[in-house]
Amino acid sequence: MSPSAYVVLAAILFTLGSVGVLVRRNAIVMFMSVEMMLNACNLAFVAFARMNGNLDGQVVAFFVMVVAAAEVVVGLAIIVTIFRTRRSASVDEPNLLKY
Amino acid sequence: MSGVLSASVVADTFTLPTIDYGALAPVLIVAAAAVIGVLVEAFAPRGARRPLQLVLVFGSLIAAFVAVVMHAGIRQLDGGGAVAIDGPGLVLQGAVLLISIVGAMLMAERMVDPAGDAFAARASTLPGSEDERQFSSRGFLQTEIWPLMLFAVTGMLLFPIANDLLLLFVALEVMSLPLYLLVGMARRRRLLSQEAALKYFILGSFSSAFFLFGSALLYGYSGSIKFGKIAEAIAGNPGQNMLILVGVGMVAVGLLFKIGAAPFHQWTPDVYQGAPTPVTAFMAAAVKVAAFGAILRVFYVIFGGLRWDWQPMLWVIAILTMLIGAIVAVTQTDVKRMLAYSSIAQAGFILLGVIAANPAGLRGAIFYLVAYAFTTLGTFAVVTLVRDSTGEATHLSKWAGLAKTSPLTATVFAIFLLSLAGIPLTSGFIGKFAVFTAAIEAGAMPLVIVALFASLIAAFVYGRVIVLMFFADPPADPPAVVVPSAFTTLAIAISVAVTVVLGIIPQPFLTLLEQAGVFIR
Repeated sequence: MSPSAYVVLAAILFTLGSVGVLVRRNAIVMFMSVEMMLNACNLAFVAFARMNGNLDGQVVAFFVMVVAAAEVVVGLAIIVTIFRTRRSASVDEPNLLKY
Repeated sequence: MSGVLSASVVADTFTLPTIDYGALAPVLIVAAAAVIGVLVEAFAPRGARRPLQLVLVFGSLIAAFVAVVMHAGIRQLDGGGAVAIDGPGLVLQGAVLLISIVGAMLMAERMVDPAGDAFAARASTLPGSEDERQFSSRGFLQTEIWPLMLFAVTGMLLFPIANDLLLLFVALEVMSLPLYLLVGMARRRRLLSQEAALKYFILGSFSSAFFLFGSALLYGYSGSIKFGKIAEAIAGNPGQNMLILVGVGMVAVGLLFKIGAAPFHQWTPDVYQGAPTPVTAFMAAAVKVAAFGAILRVFYVIFGGLRWDWQPMLWVIAILTMLIGAIVAVTQTDVKRMLAYSSIAQAGFILLGVIAANPAGLRGAIFYLVAYAFTTLGTFAVVTLVRDSTGEATHLSKWAGLAKTSPLTATVFAIFLLSLAGIPLTSGFIGKFAVFTAAIEAGAMPLVIVALFASLIAAFVYGRVIVLMFFADPPADPPAVVVPSAFTTLAIAISVAVTVVLGIIPQPFLTLLEQAGVFIR
């Protein structure tokens, strides 16, 4: 199977993730969609590493995993704080800041 | 086919990059201080934490600045080409460090709020709960802000010198993640603060995902993540290619988000308003300098050969940014929110320096960034001083007649506003002049005309606040202007000094920028 198919798959996953961020209203689900976008990037990097015949892309994928893990820590801390305050993880409810 | 490919992957042996640790000293000093700061949080007794953290923060920032100054004149690629230490990079690093020192002074302030500093005694307590009341009545202070701030500074120091896409992404996240948390830690109006943190976090991670996918496309196109190699690949294959064009666009989205350029500016007003004001001051100034540093490097070094493809895109973004920032600022009734929209407009003006894509544009943009950063630090520092019983009195109606209660505060704020408006004898004027002339030199006359129009609208916004402060009657319950400790006083004094000195004698700094030269390729 040619590696370019994986790039197409990565693009599809990335699009699904970004649609998820735009249409879903639960902070946790939006956050999961962002993680899916990051993983789509990883897939693209690894596929391109295979196509280009060097290791840079694979190294990037490892770093992205670490960064994504750090992002989970920070993100869940913020979302849990909001949830405890408002008893809801919907992003429609915090609406004090506008215009 | 696949056999050949996998053989070539295996044959590609891993060579250890040589790293000149001395040249990376500024970053390493701040990163080490941040790690030590975490240990201090874990092991030091509560009472000793704040003094220890302050020594660490100011000591490491000053030491890093000394290291930057000692590196003046270095021009080299380091870490196997992952880091480029050159004139503009060092100037931007120095600027980030000075801004962070002033920002740290504002964050260290304990006198303006009777309850303590600007940060929640414990961010995990529920707003309005008994826990929260207990923690703040005992006078506990949140000292975890200090390591977080130092980690953010580490990212900001790496951001303008990163010379490959991986390091750029890591620096972006190291800079952003601590800021997401700092934004949510305000002592007062905690619901606003938490909401701002959530918005900043979701939109920020969304935009960094775009940045990362764009990097993947650039890597797929060129076979390398090094800026120099990508530029070579672009120069070697003239003609348009979807991979590279989409890649440029997506990388630009990630970077433009950080500077708050329209249409990626939606987070800016909410975050600037919700965040604790010292954090707003710090991030408004330092993030903009670091992110513009990265934008300048990326567009000058990697995308220089694609100028005709990205310039139209940046034209549209710059025009939108300037006009949206200036026009929406007119309708604002909250000081912090108005300053946020003004910062969007300012980002649009600085983008002119990026679009010019010539050495004069680079110099102008950096000058403007430094001028803007110190003025912004000063404006938000003044905002922390005007208070009523609920905390900062940020509604503009409360600022009416401020000159009658505190002429000094009103005058200082007016100086900052005049600089933001670009009135001669202030740093803002020189910055605008430098950026606009560079853009005209590059043939972007229509853009400069739009910019002048937008500055006119912005000048009306600032002028209105000055008139309000000096010529309107104070409200029935006027806010008090508190007397701060030496920290905020010094921060405001430095900001005023930089604003005025860069406006009257800009030549030494312009000469420094000229000596700094251009980015290493």
